[in-house]
Amino acid sequence: MDIADFFDTFFEEAEELLSDMEQHLLELDVDDPDSEQLNAIFRAAHSIKGGAGTFGFVVLQKTTHILENLLDYARKGELTLRADLVDTFLEAKDIMHEQLDAYRSEEEPNQEAFERICQTLQQIALDEIGQQLDGPSIPAAEPKSAPAASENSAEASSSEEQGADGLLLVALLNVVDKDRILLVEELEQLGEVQSQSGDAKRYEVILKSSDSADDIEAVMCFIIEPDQIEITAVEGVAAESSNAAPATAEPEASAPVAPAPQAPAEKTASKASPAKAATKEKPKKAAAESSSIRVSVDKVDQIINLVGELIITQSMLDQTVSDLEDQSVGNSSLQNGMSLLQRNARDLQEAVMSIRMIPMEFVFSRFPRVVRDTAGKLGKEIELVTEGKSTELDKSLVERITDPLTHLVRNSLDHGVEMPDVREAIGKPRVGKLTLSARHQGGNILIEVRDDGAGMDRDRLLAKARENGINVSDSMSDEEVFQLIFAPGFSTAKEVTDVSGRGVGMDVVKRNIQSMGGRVEIQSKLGEGTNTRIVLPLTLAILDGMSIKVGGETFILPLSTVLESLQPSKDDMYAMAGDDVVIKVRDEYLPVIAIHEVLDVANAITDPTKSIAVIVQGEGRRYAMLVDELIGQQQVVVKNLEDNYRKVPGISAATILGDGSVALILDITGLHRLSRYKKEAGKKVVNNQNLSFFKEAEPL
Amino acid sequence: MSQANSGAVLAAEAENREFLVFSLGDEEYAIDILKVQEIRGYENVTRIANAPDFIKGVTNLRGVIVPIVDLRIKFHLENVEYGGQTVVIVVNVADRVVGIVVDGVSDVMTLIPDQIKPAPEFGVTLSSDFLSGLGSLDDRMLVLVDIDKLLTSEEMALVDSTSSH
Repeated sequence: MDIADFFDTFFEEAEELLSDMEQHLLELDVDDPDSEQLNAIFRAAHSIKGGAGTFGFVVLQKTTHILENLLDYARKGELTLRADLVDTFLEAKDIMHEQLDAYRSEEEPNQEAFERICQTLQQIALDEIGQQLDGPSIPAAEPKSAPAASENSAEASSSEEQGADGLLLVALLNVVDKDRILLVEELEQLGEVQSQSGDAKRYEVILKSSDSADDIEAVMCFIIEPDQIEITAVEGVAAESSNAAPATAEPEASAPVAPAPQAPAEKTASKASPAKAATKEKPKKAAAESSSIRVSVDKVDQIINLVGELIITQSMLDQTVSDLEDQSVGNSSLQNGMSLLQRNARDLQEAVMSIRMIPMEFVFSRFPRVVRDTAGKLGKEIELVTEGKSTELDKSLVERITDPLTHLVRNSLDHGVEMPDVREAIGKPRVGKLTLSARHQGGNILIEVRDDGAGMDRDRLLAKARENGINVSDSMSDEEVFQLIFAPGFSTAKEVTDVSGRGVGMDVVKRNIQSMGGRVEIQSKLGEGTNTRIVLPLTLAILDGMSIKVGGETFILPLSTVLESLQPSKDDMYAMAGDDVVIKVRDEYLPVIAIHEVLDVANAITDPTKSIAVIVQGEGRRYAMLVDELIGQQQVVVKNLEDNYRKVPGISAATILGDGSVALILDITGLHRLSRYKKEAGKKVVNNQNLSFFKEAEPL
Repeated sequence: MSQANSGAVLAAEAENREFLVFSLGDEEYAIDILKVQEIRGYENVTRIANAPDFIKGVTNLRGVIVPIVDLRIKFHLENVEYGGQTVVIVVNVADRVVGIVVDGVSDVMTLIPDQIKPAPEFGVTLSSDFLSGLGSLDDRMLVLVDIDKLLTSEEMALVDSTSSH
């Protein structure tokens, strides 16, 4: 992915961090500063610096760097805060904001302000703690990563000597072997590793690289903590490497600090033209700002609600108009107006719903890292392919899909893809391929995790299931057998690794996806690979429903639970002990739930053979629901019942129908429980008060 | 308890209060006007199965699902009918919106503290816990209902007893 794609995210994040920083600075009590707050301010500055460095926003990075150093002193108690210092920090924050805006409109930031604030901050450092901060010219190793604060200036200035292709001594402190190997590989990407030696306690790598120490640290911080890294510039040759650390630290402790103050001057000279560009900064900036705004989700949801209302009002009006027409008192301009209103209202609804949609890229972008780490740990070679990054999904779903997806990816890497040698031996390419794809399919989004690994072994799954006491039979379909991996505590991994294999997780994955109104399917071929498919609704706010009628009342069944419907015949219905009835559907006996009995609906069809049986599935079990009539499929807006009322057994939520009336959305498993409970209670009228049974049984 | 309570409350806010007066059968009741969101007709109520009989169901109030309680059934009144005069008072209590069905709304009354008498200990169907007093207005007597307490009470079954409301 092009790094430019991340720019907008960085701008938004940096904007947020800056306003956090401002808020904390404003709340800060200078006489008795809260260390938590100081840390928060420091962290904000640190994050901005890191991001700015990654994207090459040099001026912003340097400004933040100086500020960060001062903040570091402040949080260590070496710098006593005063109101005027906080003011300066706020000023620095404002200038950083301006710089950020400049970068956003693809301009170079105002050079004068940059120099001024750098000098002011430097002056504070000199006056208050008698220390010269490392200059803004070259971002240096951070003081906080140094073992002793007193060495700060020495170390910082030493790294300034680092030239375009400087030699850097990277010392890894207390890094375990497997991370170290990764880190060295990482360093090899950044430059040329000239020598490496040491032990777990202190491992030293001499690196020839044009990247700054900060950039290198930023990369390594993905794997280890900042205080495990020490980066210093090396003047001599690599031969010194084994005792380079003391050697470089000592002589350079007395290295001149002079280069630092000179740096801004050099900067101005080399970048005279961008400073002029500041004059034409304004109009472009305004254009860039209007390209996106941050709005709270609550506000968006409120608009969605209101638009929903508008749609309902519109369809009520529509009904009235067509009634008028039936009475031949219609008016053609009224009708034209109505159809225009209808189109506009639908467009408006679509536009509003799209506000909540964000591309899957936000989810996928974290996986290169996950795959890399996991593959590294397992010693496997994996190529990650992502498809359909621009597929859009509701924001709330995007947030909730990441964890289950990460789990599935890890699982695929661990159990699916074979070790490189094994792959070679069976004629597959050494490098395993993992594909993440997302695409729309009907009203749903389909997310797939595909690997070209070993696939699932049906016999082994069955054997394992029997071992775990799960009731299985050889006649089960492949799909059903594969679903076994979602059973709690089920793991076929031959040995438990720290990646997966403990059998916790897959059941959680399935539960999470179900709670989002989705489902997981598995397709697998032994020796060829596995495809795990997650089918999710586009949004939580809208549900694909099947409306049904019982008596005079309309209910909604979630379409995802409906398998089929049929007309029951007398011969297929069997009574069981007491009142229970089962129906035989293709060699399977399903419990029958008569909606009119469970929900006390009057005037409903009581003869099962005259009603319709809808076969539904909930929590892996199937039931036959007796209803009077199927009305049809429709998308409904899900409304919570608990906002103003309470949880109702057998009902999951409510929705508003086209005529403005409320219809209840049925909860399959809740209905089954309710039906059992009512039968046990001897068909007594159940009051809500003594339904405490449900409150306990309900897995909220 | 109610005597001491309402006495203290009334002494604390020695100012006039406005009440919405409504009728249930031949009796006149009143609730604090500030709790009232709006008044609308009784229509389009979707029944909730297995709920107590005084909970008529839920209705759509501009996109919000609102439970409807019939106080006439709750107070065991005879002649519960739904007609053009049947009115739903939509009230805001404990961050919830609830509609209550009454026989009619008459007017808004201002009562000065002197006109509010403590409610006597009485009532099996309507515990005096749910009353904030009795209002006397010339020859009329208004039963001042503490609608917050009434609607959030256990016996109304409107609120999950487990919830924090």
